[in-house]
Amino acid sequence: MKNLIVSASPHRRSEVTTQKIMLLVIISLLPAIAASAVFFGARAIALIAVCCSSAVLFEYLCRRVMKREQTISDMSAAVTGIILALNLPPTLPYWIAIVGSFIAIVIVKQLFGGLGQNFANPAVTARIVLMLSFTSHMTTWAVPGSGVSSDTIVTGATPLVSGEASLTDLFIGNVGGCLGETSALALLIGGLFLIFKKIISPSTPAAFIGTVALLTWISGGNVMYQLLSGGLFLGAFFMATDYVTTPVTTKGKVVFGIGCGLVTFIIRKFGSYPEGVSFSILLMNILTPYIDMFTKTKPLGMKTIKKEEKKNA
Amino acid sequence: MLRLNTIKLKHSKNTENTKTVCLPVPSYVKIPMSMHMGAPCEPLVKKGDRVLAGQKIGDNEALFSVPVHSSVSGTVKDITDYRMINGAVCKAVEIEADSEQESVSYTPPQITDKESFIRAIRESGSCGLGGAGFPTHIKLNPEKAIDTLIINAAECEPYITSDYRQIIEDAESVLEGIKIIMKYLSVPKTIIGIESNKPQAIEKFNELISDNSGITVHTLPSSYPQGAEKVLIHSTTGIIAEEGKLPSDYGIIVMNVSTAAFIYKYSVTGEPLISRRITIDGTAVKNPLNVIAPIGTPVSALLEFSDTDTNKIRKLIAGGPMMGSCLISTDTPVVKTSNSFLAMAEYNEIKPTACIRCARCINACPMSLMPTELEKAYHRKDINALLKLKVNLCINCGACTYVCPAGRKLAETHQLAKTILPRNK
Repeated sequence: MKNLIVSASPHRRSEVTTQKIMLLVIISLLPAIAASAVFFGARAIALIAVCCSSAVLFEYLCRRVMKREQTISDMSAAVTGIILALNLPPTLPYWIAIVGSFIAIVIVKQLFGGLGQNFANPAVTARIVLMLSFTSHMTTWAVPGSGVSSDTIVTGATPLVSGEASLTDLFIGNVGGCLGETSALALLIGGLFLIFKKIISPSTPAAFIGTVALLTWISGGNVMYQLLSGGLFLGAFFMATDYVTTPVTTKGKVVFGIGCGLVTFIIRKFGSYPEGVSFSILLMNILTPYIDMFTKTKPLGMKTIKKEEKKNA
Repeated sequence: MLRLNTIKLKHSKNTENTKTVCLPVPSYVKIPMSMHMGAPCEPLVKKGDRVLAGQKIGDNEALFSVPVHSSVSGTVKDITDYRMINGAVCKAVEIEADSEQESVSYTPPQITDKESFIRAIRESGSCGLGGAGFPTHIKLNPEKAIDTLIINAAECEPYITSDYRQIIEDAESVLEGIKIIMKYLSVPKTIIGIESNKPQAIEKFNELISDNSGITVHTLPSSYPQGAEKVLIHSTTGIIAEEGKLPSDYGIIVMNVSTAAFIYKYSVTGEPLISRRITIDGTAVKNPLNVIAPIGTPVSALLEFSDTDTNKIRKLIAGGPMMGSCLISTDTPVVKTSNSFLAMAEYNEIKPTACIRCARCINACPMSLMPTELEKAYHRKDINALLKLKVNLCINCGACTYVCPAGRKLAETHQLAKTILPRNK
């Protein structure tokens, strides 16, 4: 008989692995990817492919240079690449997209220690850096169906600024905007799929979207218009729910979502940028360690030391 | 009411419909002097002595100890040092069995009041048969008055069906045992907690229980770990036992269902605890079953009895797949707390990857701890953080490790963390 293997309990493990989680996230993004292809054509798919492959390549090279174990098989870099692409306008030159992947993977993720260690959401941060560095490229919105080759391009303002789009068009995504954020319907399908599969908790998106809705309603704005336009659904379902950069407890997730909603509303209403979703998520990413600190779980039957007892001790 | 975190597991109860069989008396047994929680016994026999089945072969004057009886008739071959599954060493009496299985003449104990009841229980060699091995006579003799007896029939670990088969084959003994405890300890109320995946057991009890007996059956959700003492108390009574408190501080005694059945059988026959029902299962076992085996039987005899190809075994587990311990040898004897042995043909080593903060462990912990934070605190040897995060409350149910998508050994780390805590805190 061979030697028996001895290991600590438990001797059984769940089948959910990091890789499977990332794969499900990619699957959940397929409706948004399909919608982008429908509204912006083949250029959209090409941009997603460029972002995704460059993100994976940067992850590979970075781990290699740093002499660390390879991690591309966990597919987190692919997810980052796709989400970044969905945050870009369809006309963006490829090289800018590759710069974005570099920022997301190398600077934001790997320099902080790789998966699980980065404090800011790589895709969100990369989008903000590109937005501030290449403002005109990043705010050229192709109008759906106009084709996106450089000579036939028709650009229009994002509906958040112009305010001219029917709610139906906003819902299905037939408006100008970033690749993946125009179709609220496709994002909703993907988001609900993730909630159904128990990959994300509904608390963050509910708190985020709910807060924006409530504040818009109080301030007398058009609630549905605010919810369906811009990057709210993409941010709420796919970026504010990133495990690594958001709080761990349900209470913390609610606080995070409310914070995101509040900042988004303030920027949209009073800021000089038309859109505030990315900024709100990044800001709340930075606050995450503090939210975690104040929203720890209460261990079952924990002895609570009263203040007076503490003084006497 | 607060809902405690639990997880869903595949039940794998392959043996739930197989009738228990008796193992033929083995030719050799090795009976450890410490099969219970508390002081180990001193052997009362020496090499060369002839012993009878049921004869007391080990005892200790300490109150917090349980005597040990021979499970076979035969000759003491040797008294050796035995390393137990938990790593500690105790003495073990090795007996070569003759084929006669001659036993001492059993006489039912004289039980007239609580005091004589407790004394008889100690003499029976009884300890908790669910796995922890807490001395029954200590459990049944708390300082405070008891108003609720909770019978643990959750059996939430996958594979194990020994408690379930006890109920299906002999629910009467369980109920009689409960009645004896209720009578001598003046307990007005008993709750039997059973998981909803055992409808036949629930039905059986409901048929047998009369309306005014004070006994009720409480159906628990089929989720892990319903059988953990604190979870069971909460599920059946809504009480959350505070840190450092015993169930008896809340007027509660929690007892395993097979222990209750044993108490009844002992009270009518006087036969001490020398055998028990064990589930033999696992992917390497061809013929999974429940057997009643003498204490001290080597596991190899059980494996042979269940047609197990020992060459196929990669991992041999005493207990369930969630909390059981690995054995290093098939010579390991059956002890009073052995409810199951699992022989597994496969073993996939899981290499831990980076924590992605997905919080699955936090949402799985029945004690509402934060395993991921505890792991980090342990790795930086941060005693203060470990104390604040209450690592001492971890019941090692393994739910956190089970759900971790990064394959991190969280529960294991918690047990290591407990060892670096200062004592008396």
